Amino acid sequence: MKAIEAINVTKVYPNGVVANRNVNFSAAVGEIHAVVGENGAGKTTLMKILFGMEKPTSGEIRIFEKPAQLNSPHDAIALGVGMVHQHFMLVPSFTVAENIMLGIEPKKNLFSLDFKRMEQIISEYAKKVNFELPIWEKVMDLPVGVKQRVEIMKALIRGAKVLILDEPSSVLTPQEVNELFVVLKNLSQQGITIIFITHKLNEVKQIADRITIMREGRVVGTYRNEELTESQIVELMIGRKFEYDISRVKAVPGEPLLVVKNLNYFREDGAHILKNLSFVLRSGEILAIAGLEGNGQKELVEILTGLRENASGEMLVGGKNVLGAKPWQLRQLGISHIPDDRIEVGSALDMSVAENMISDRYDQQPFSGRVVYRKRSVIEFARRLIKEFSIRVKSPTTLVRMLSGGNMQKVVVARELTNEPKVVIANQPTHGIDVASSEFIRKKLLQMRDEGRGVLLVSTDLQEVLQIADRILVLYKGEIVAHLQNENLTETDLGFYMLGTKRQNPEELKELLTL
Amino acid sequence: MKRSLALLELVRMALTILIALLIGYVFLLFSTKDVAEAFKWFLYGPLSSQRRFVEFLNNSVPLIMTGLALSLVFQARVFNIGAEGCLFFGGFGAMLAALEFPQLSVLHLIVTLLTAALFGAIWAFVPAILKAKWKASELVSSLMMNYIAYLLVLFLVNNYFRDKAAGALVSYRFPQTAWLATLTRYRLNSGFFIAVSVAILIGFLLYFTKYGYEIRVVGANKKFGFYTGINVVVTTFWVQLLAGALAGLAGGIELTAMYRRFVWQSLPGYGFDGIIVAILARNNPFLVIPSALFIAYLRVGANIMSRMMGLAPEVVIVIQSVMILLVTAEALLERFKKRIVEREAMKGE
Repeated sequence: MKAIEAINVTKVYPNGVVANRNVNFSAAVGEIHAVVGENGAGKTTLMKILFGMEKPTSGEIRIFEKPAQLNSPHDAIALGVGMVHQHFMLVPSFTVAENIMLGIEPKKNLFSLDFKRMEQIISEYAKKVNFELPIWEKVMDLPVGVKQRVEIMKALIRGAKVLILDEPSSVLTPQEVNELFVVLKNLSQQGITIIFITHKLNEVKQIADRITIMREGRVVGTYRNEELTESQIVELMIGRKFEYDISRVKAVPGEPLLVVKNLNYFREDGAHILKNLSFVLRSGEILAIAGLEGNGQKELVEILTGLRENASGEMLVGGKNVLGAKPWQLRQLGISHIPDDRIEVGSALDMSVAENMISDRYDQQPFSGRVVYRKRSVIEFARRLIKEFSIRVKSPTTLVRMLSGGNMQKVVVARELTNEPKVVIANQPTHGIDVASSEFIRKKLLQMRDEGRGVLLVSTDLQEVLQIADRILVLYKGEIVAHLQNENLTETDLGFYMLGTKRQNPEELKELLTL
Repeated sequence: MKRSLALLELVRMALTILIALLIGYVFLLFSTKDVAEAFKWFLYGPLSSQRRFVEFLNNSVPLIMTGLALSLVFQARVFNIGAEGCLFFGGFGAMLAALEFPQLSVLHLIVTLLTAALFGAIWAFVPAILKAKWKASELVSSLMMNYIAYLLVLFLVNNYFRDKAAGALVSYRFPQTAWLATLTRYRLNSGFFIAVSVAILIGFLLYFTKYGYEIRVVGANKKFGFYTGINVVVTTFWVQLLAGALAGLAGGIELTAMYRRFVWQSLPGYGFDGIIVAILARNNPFLVIPSALFIAYLRVGANIMSRMMGLAPEVVIVIQSVMILLVTAEALLERFKKRIVEREAMKGE
């Protein structure tokens, strides 16, 4: 029996982007169904349609083989569809139980909640599906993996028979991913249908029963897991042969470009976010900062690029302390920055691709004379970059808003790598974008390295870190807990440091940091 | 697709105006017997004689200037609505220069107008610096500055510059060297040409200079602007000062050309109308010209109608307000727009 089905679904967004074209998709009861595809392939849109967040322009949705009219997620939930979003929707200051029962909480009387009954309902259900939750802990004190389980429980208790997960593993450590998969397997054995979006193909192979591959808004096909190999999946996703050929010669580190000494940062609420960080970035190397999201990377990058103030310590560029300098001063020193948020920070969505590409050099030759801004040379320059970075866009005057995530990111990367930077600070440069664009960006970063620039790569993607970094620092709760040469390392090795279960002793760290 | 969308935008505009006029018509039904006649004067009045046509053009001059001032700040997503106060204070500045420096002869008019612009900028400096230094909301402070300008200037004019020989509460008459010429026997304000040139200049500034680029980036995404190396605080500061200068110049032009005294006893309202002009023009300086002409046409048409029919000019304010409501209602005709977009998007197959 089919649990959920989309028949001939087409979705056109108001800006003219066709996200789904005549999509047919179905998931059987109790199966684990992976949906893969490049960014902008229409996966998320399809999921939003199945969950009632977007209305299809045409086509039909069936849930348990009955036509369903979904006007909002409420309708979907009522019909047994639940969704776990990439960004959790939980109240941090509430307990797990309160979050799970929010809106459907049992009451003793008009004024007070029946906490006993709450606990009873949740633990009964938890036993049934076989997973554990710290019911009375506050959500903000929990690790990400547990928060995700809370989200799953929230959906289940509302009667979800179909569970949609949007990139569930992107925020987890390898260990946590394994735990999640145990939970998902368990649920599917109980007859719950799991649909999940992901970019990580090894996970697909590991857990999915069937795989639906999407490309450019269409479904390329649905296959049984054993029918395809990982590289076949990639080929179907991008529609051509794909060579996984990032090769790396050994780095030849040169003089230090960026030296950070005893960097400390306290947030407004007094939390000690960065604790005594010291490290050196040399020319001709890629230094990675690995760690789970929320261990201080965001703050570190913002401090090093002048976006965040009030840190103490030293940041030396060319021997001068530039901690606290403004972004334009740092850019003049040759520090460029690929931010982790291309939409809020990295671009102006309502300006053209060309105008986004010159935002850091609009006042220089040949884009600007003393006053007058030379549109023609701007457009010409943009054409060149579009070609060089193979950005898929109709014209340089197209608004950035119209681009898919991968192409948008390439616009940002194109700008940040072409102004002769000495240091490139790349924060999650390939986060949430397709395989081909990711490879492209990683190769560009390697090229930067080989040209003798320094690259500080901040990433939660271990595959990426292991693929291109020369040295790796692991950040855990604002501290550097490991400093490793990227030789014969595995994801699991890093995972232990990232979780804080293992750390190098201070002697080991001291020695390597003064290298 | 671009063409059909532009066409739709035009149709939408026309429909907006039509609906607004229809509602205006209904209002007229309640206020006069001869609705057709009243409506005719309203729609056709400004074209019915040369004098009235000039009146219409003159009316548009301060609207173009304040419309430009507000377009500039709105482009940078700064909500400084102090154009009214800047205009009033700028008018006061013009009066000071006109009355105090008659010995300048040839340069007198230029100095007078520059003083008006300077005073406008000074007035805009207060909300701008409050914003830059202490992040005070420019919306609140600029609004308050309007009232301060009004009462302060009235106090000064009525106590120190009042012409006791005149039959009304007005300042002394400006010496002839500080007069901005009026043309033809219907007294066309030559400031009209200044306003149009300034509009083109500001349009050029915004779209063809690096400063304009900065303003547009800051308006499109402040975080992005800061990240990419634009000093957002400095840009928003200067854009407010420039807008203040434009509004101040509007006051100077109005007084030196049309009245030759300081005559305002209440806020003339051009600064607030400028908000409407800017919104209609979608903050595009080039479009400010037709947009200001349109508002002026409505204003003058209403005046003529009320003169000819003995009607209250308040009716036009109702019509105008309805029109702004409709213009700003983005969702009007949304369904048609959606259909065009969908059809075009699928055609690419």
